[in-house]
Amino acid sequence: MAELCGVMGIGQTRYAAKRQELSMPGLLREAAERALDDAGCTWADIDAVVIGKAPDMFEGVMMPELFLNDAIGGAYKPMLRVHTAGSVGGSTAIVAASLVQSGVHDRVLTVAYEKQSESNATWALTISMPFSVATVAGAGGYFAPLVRGYIRRSGAPEDTGIRVAVKDRQNALKNPLAHLQLEDISFDMVANSPMLWDPIRYLETCPSSDGACAMVMAKESIATQSTKPVAWIHATEMRSEPTMFSGRDQVMPRASLDNAAALYKKAGIQNPRDEIDCAEIYVPFSWFEPMWMEGMLFAPINEGWKMTYEGATALDGDLPVNMSGGVLSSNPIGASGMIRFAEAALQVRGMAGDHQIDGARKALGHAYGGGSQYFSTWIVSDQKP
Amino acid sequence: MSEEVSEPIEVLRLPVELEYQYTAGKSASRFLRGLQQGKLLGQRCPVDGRVYFPTRGCCPQHGVPMAEEGSIELPDVGTLVTYSIVRVPSANIPLELPYVTIQVLLDGADTVMMHVLGECELEDVHMGMRLEAKWKPEEEWETSVGNILYFVPLDEPDAPYESYKEHI
Ligand SMILES: [Zn+2]
Repeated sequence: MAELCGVMGIGQTRYAAKRQELSMPGLLREAAERALDDAGCTWADIDAVVIGKAPDMFEGVMMPELFLNDAIGGAYKPMLRVHTAGSVGGSTAIVAASLVQSGVHDRVLTVAYEKQSESNATWALTISMPFSVATVAGAGGYFAPLVRGYIRRSGAPEDTGIRVAVKDRQNALKNPLAHLQLEDISFDMVANSPMLWDPIRYLETCPSSDGACAMVMAKESIATQSTKPVAWIHATEMRSEPTMFSGRDQVMPRASLDNAAALYKKAGIQNPRDEIDCAEIYVPFSWFEPMWMEGMLFAPINEGWKMTYEGATALDGDLPVNMSGGVLSSNPIGASGMIRFAEAALQVRGMAGDHQIDGARKALGHAYGGGSQYFSTWIVSDQKP
Repeated sequence: MSEEVSEPIEVLRLPVELEYQYTAGKSASRFLRGLQQGKLLGQRCPVDGRVYFPTRGCCPQHGVPMAEEGSIELPDVGTLVTYSIVRVPSANIPLELPYVTIQVLLDGADTVMMHVLGECELEDVHMGMRLEAKWKPEEEWETSVGNILYFVPLDEPDAPYESYKEHI
C-alpha cells in the first residue's frame, strides 16, 4: 500500500432500543461529530465520506446515503455507500481505509448506522419470494440450525452459549454506551429465558438497537500530528462466498478461514492467540463466539468452546473477546461491524474506559453477515507496522 | 378549529407496496412447471457432478450452466440435516407457533432445501430423521414449492450422521 492509515477519531452514539429524540440524520450526526471532535478536526478537513448500513428494506428508505451525506455535514464531498449485509460496518471501515491507503484522499470520515426503531428487520429478512414458502423467521431462524450443527459436530457442552451471554452482558455494564445494562445478569437468568429459536434462548440473542458509529482516518503525515493516540491499521481483509453451494460448510465457512489466514499473513502474525491482545468479534447469537474463535483460527476446529469454557475470552483471560459488551449488548445492525472495528481501535489507543484491557497493543475487529458468507476484519495497533 | 392539544406525532407507520413482474427464466420455469406436476426436478453441475435442488440453472460454485442432459427427477423423501424449533412470530409466515424449520437433503440431491416439519411431536425431532413430503391435494398444485405442505417422519431407521454431515 502506498500510504499508512491511522484511526485518529472515533465517535459512537449511545445505543438504545429507541433514540426517538433523534432523526435518522441526527443519529449519524451524533456519531460523526463525536468522531470529528476526537480527531480534533471539522467537516472542512474531511475529503470524503463513506456511509454504511444494512439492507434499505429495514427502514424502508431507499439509498438513504444520498440525503444523509448532505444532512450530516458532508455536502459537496465525495461520498461512497457500502453494503455487505451484517458485515457492512466492517467493510465500510475497510473501504474508507483503502481510500487513504491508496492515496486517493488524505482524511476520510466513515459512519455506519441502523435505526431499528423505525424499521422491522425480522419482516425485511423474511420476504415472501415468488413461488416459494417463507419458513425462516428472521436471522435467528436462519442461524439456529447452524448453531445446532456446531453443537453436534463439536460436542460442546450445552451451556457454552449461556456462558458467553453472561460474560458479554457483564462487560456491557462497564460500557456506558451499551444498550443492554442488565445489572442482575446471571447464568440462571439466561438459562431460564424463553427458547426463541431452539437452541437459541432469548438472552442469547442480540437486542434491536438504534445507533451509529463513526471514525476519522488519515494518512501517516496527518495522523502523526494528532495530539491523541492513533490506532494504526496493520491489515484489512474481506472475503465472501455464495449462500448456497453443494458441500458448503455453513457452520465454518471457507470464506472465514481464508479471511483469517490472509489477514494474519498481511499483518505478519504467526500465532494469533499469542500475538493479538484482545478482539471484538461479531457475535449476534452467543454460540457464535466459540464458532468464530475457530473461524478466526484462535482455536483448532471444534475446540473454540473450550476458550469460552475456560474463561480465555473473559476480560481477565488470555484473549479477551467483546470487552464492550459486543453485539449481544448493542445491535444497530449496520453499525455493529464498525463498532467492533472502532472498539478494537479504542483498545490500542488506550481510550476504552472501564472496559480497557491494560497494555492492549494489537487488537482485532471482526464482522460477518448474510448467511455467514461475508467476512471483514482488521488488525490495529498503537505501533506503526 | 379545535383547541385540543394532542401529543406530537413522532413515528408514522406507512406501509408501502411494490408490485413487480417476476420472470423465472428457462431453468427456474422448468423447475416450477415440474412442481406443478408434482415432480421435484434437480440439475447436475457439469464440473463436479453434484445435483442441485432447488436449481437456478447455473452452479453458484463453479459459475457454469448446469449440465445439458436436462433435469433429474428426485424422490420426495430425504433426510433431516438440521433444524430449529421456532417460537417467534413473523408477519410473513402463516404457520402456527411453535413450528419446526428444517433443512432437508432429498435422496439423490447434494444440496439441502429449507422447509417445515409437520405431524411430529417436538420432543421427537432430531437430526438424521427420514422424511417424506406431504403434498397439497393435486387440484391445488401451482408452480410453487408451496405444493409441499410440509415434511412428515417416515417409519425408517435414521440416516447415519456420516451420510449428511457435510451438508450442515
Ligand atoms: Zn458446480
